Amino acid sequence: MAEIRKSEGFMDWLDQRLAVKAFMRVMMTEYWIPKNINFLWAMGVVLVVLFGVLLVTGLLLLMYYKPDINLAFDSVNYTIMQEVEYGWLWRHMHGVAASATFLIIYVHLFTGIYYGSYKKGREMIWITGMVLFIAFSAEAFSGYMLPWGQMSYWAAQVITNLFSGIPVIGDDVVIWIRGDYVVADATLTRFFMLHVVLLPLVIILVIAVHFYSLRFPHVNNQDSAEFDFEIESNKFLEGRKKESKVVPFWPVFLSKDFFVVGFFMTFFFFLACYQFDFAMDPINFEPANSMKTPAHIYPEWYFLWNYEVLRGFFFDIGGIAAMNIGLVAFVIANIVFMILPFLDRNPMNTAPAHKRPIFKYWFWLLVCDMIVLTVYGKLPPTGMNAWVGFVAAVIFLGLFIALPFITKHEAKGDEQ
Amino acid sequence: MKEIKILAIVLFFTAVTYWGVEPYAHSQMHPHVAPADFSFKDMEPLHVNGNIDNGKALVEANCIACHSIKSLGLQAPMSFEEAASAYGVVPPDLSHAGVIYDKNYLAGFLKDPVGATKLSHKFSDAKPYAMPSFAFLSEQEIADVVAYLGNIVATKASNKMVFEEACGRCHSMKYDGLKAQTPTLSIQNYLGAVAPDVSMMIRSKKAEYLNTFINEPLKMVEGIAMPRVGLTEASQEQVIAYMESVGDRKKAERESLGLKLIGFMAIFTLIAYLWKVQIWKEVE
Repeated sequence: MAEIRKSEGFMDWLDQRLAVKAFMRVMMTEYWIPKNINFLWAMGVVLVVLFGVLLVTGLLLLMYYKPDINLAFDSVNYTIMQEVEYGWLWRHMHGVAASATFLIIYVHLFTGIYYGSYKKGREMIWITGMVLFIAFSAEAFSGYMLPWGQMSYWAAQVITNLFSGIPVIGDDVVIWIRGDYVVADATLTRFFMLHVVLLPLVIILVIAVHFYSLRFPHVNNQDSAEFDFEIESNKFLEGRKKESKVVPFWPVFLSKDFFVVGFFMTFFFFLACYQFDFAMDPINFEPANSMKTPAHIYPEWYFLWNYEVLRGFFFDIGGIAAMNIGLVAFVIANIVFMILPFLDRNPMNTAPAHKRPIFKYWFWLLVCDMIVLTVYGKLPPTGMNAWVGFVAAVIFLGLFIALPFITKHEAKGDEQ
Repeated sequence: MKEIKILAIVLFFTAVTYWGVEPYAHSQMHPHVAPADFSFKDMEPLHVNGNIDNGKALVEANCIACHSIKSLGLQAPMSFEEAASAYGVVPPDLSHAGVIYDKNYLAGFLKDPVGATKLSHKFSDAKPYAMPSFAFLSEQEIADVVAYLGNIVATKASNKMVFEEACGRCHSMKYDGLKAQTPTLSIQNYLGAVAPDVSMMIRSKKAEYLNTFINEPLKMVEGIAMPRVGLTEASQEQVIAYMESVGDRKKAERESLGLKLIGFMAIFTLIAYLWKVQIWKEVE
């Protein structure tokens, strides 16, 4: 143990016991961030803020919510929305933050793809990020069910039923997940546990790993330029701040993040108070009714692209049932982003998309295709809609099949 | 500036997605129907002026055997439970019937209740509607009844009273402590469907939808058991205002707090921007 001397003050007392000064240096004042980045790199901090909002408002809601199918709807819509002071605000903030989190995750994800931040030693950042995406998806889905509204009930019924597609044991798995033959009280109680304990713990853990994995390959930058962080940070510490290509996380980088966060949160409160419907489906203000299906069943907007890949294959092909093709495509869509670093076969080109001859078309086609999938994922799958969904789903899979070939071809071009 | 361009691209794709999954999807999933019409054109208008005194005699002879008129101190002859088991549904109190329902609708309803309520798919000779037809009365007599019912209204009904008279026989509003006058099981037997609690309807269906729906339910939902009740435009506004005051009672607080929260964050953003400019001056 280090020798403990009489402290010169509170900070010194803490420093002798917890090394807070070294910790602050490593985590904040000498954690180097490239100077050449735009506001898209602030999305990580925006997500941290949103997660904080979800955590705090979630704890407040937890004080009044009742995980019981006879009480859940009223505990949310009467107790929280009407009786608890500002309960409506906590609920709207919670619901809107959940939706906004996915919007920012998508911006964060496409930023990573555009600037090639998933490559060259940054694979672990990418993979932990995708694990976070899946964890957040599970968290959102389990939370969506808790108010026991019409759409939450039927969405739970449909989504849990997907597991019946697993060969041989599928039907038993569905019953095991639900804890009953249909979505019922047992399902609600366990989803409650998942939503408030297990999944948040997993998310917090993976966020820590995600941040940790960022420290070694460092944050990427707008030009995907390689530079020596040690040399650049020394320049900064020597006072040649303008010359250095890096800035410390605190206060320089965060001062910009605060501005971006403020800008975003202004918009956030506009949504929470005036435009909450996009995040709170009106149908969920009707209590769950197992005897009556809603006219249209669809998930929240952030799962629509995925859902459309699932139902895009609406006819049997070569003797394989449409449902099974859809399920396979759905599973692929859920994991294909995770292996993106290994599908991109161009080892040299880490340039942003606009500097890559073919990849740029691939990128924008992917963005447009996912928007088409999202929009058609909500529309009734009849007539033309079904065909648009089918074509968009095929293009989606095709893009990922084509990626290794495209990037390999691109790599040859780079060599010449 | 480059960042503005990037922001514009992000906003563009976000806006396209939003448009696709909200207004566009909504327009595709909810086919357009004609807006609410309070002229009740299908009801033959009354051509004669009613006589109040004669109307009084007719009401006393024909209506109060089943209906209460509480504003005149006339109580219903049966309790809610007894009435529900006798007729299938509790007959409405008539205290404000003369003003909350359209006059032509009332006249048409007296002549042909099933036709006026548009419930011919639910009721027939085999399964009769609780309210008998008064088509045997003359045009003049019907006008007299309508005139009398309009005349007994002493004070304007509150929003809640309109709701109770027009909707409260079948629908509960449990978040305001109102229980449907007719027991749930009786309604189910009578109409073939449970009348839902409407506490949160203002948020699940929205005022705009409710306005068209209450005016003419069948236009919105095929085969529905909900009758056309014939509310005047003003009374229907009162019903919707009451539903909003129960189901969305924090609306005013939300709208005023929203401005403060947005204002607070706008000031925060401005200060953060100035701080950022000052800090980055050293490094750029």
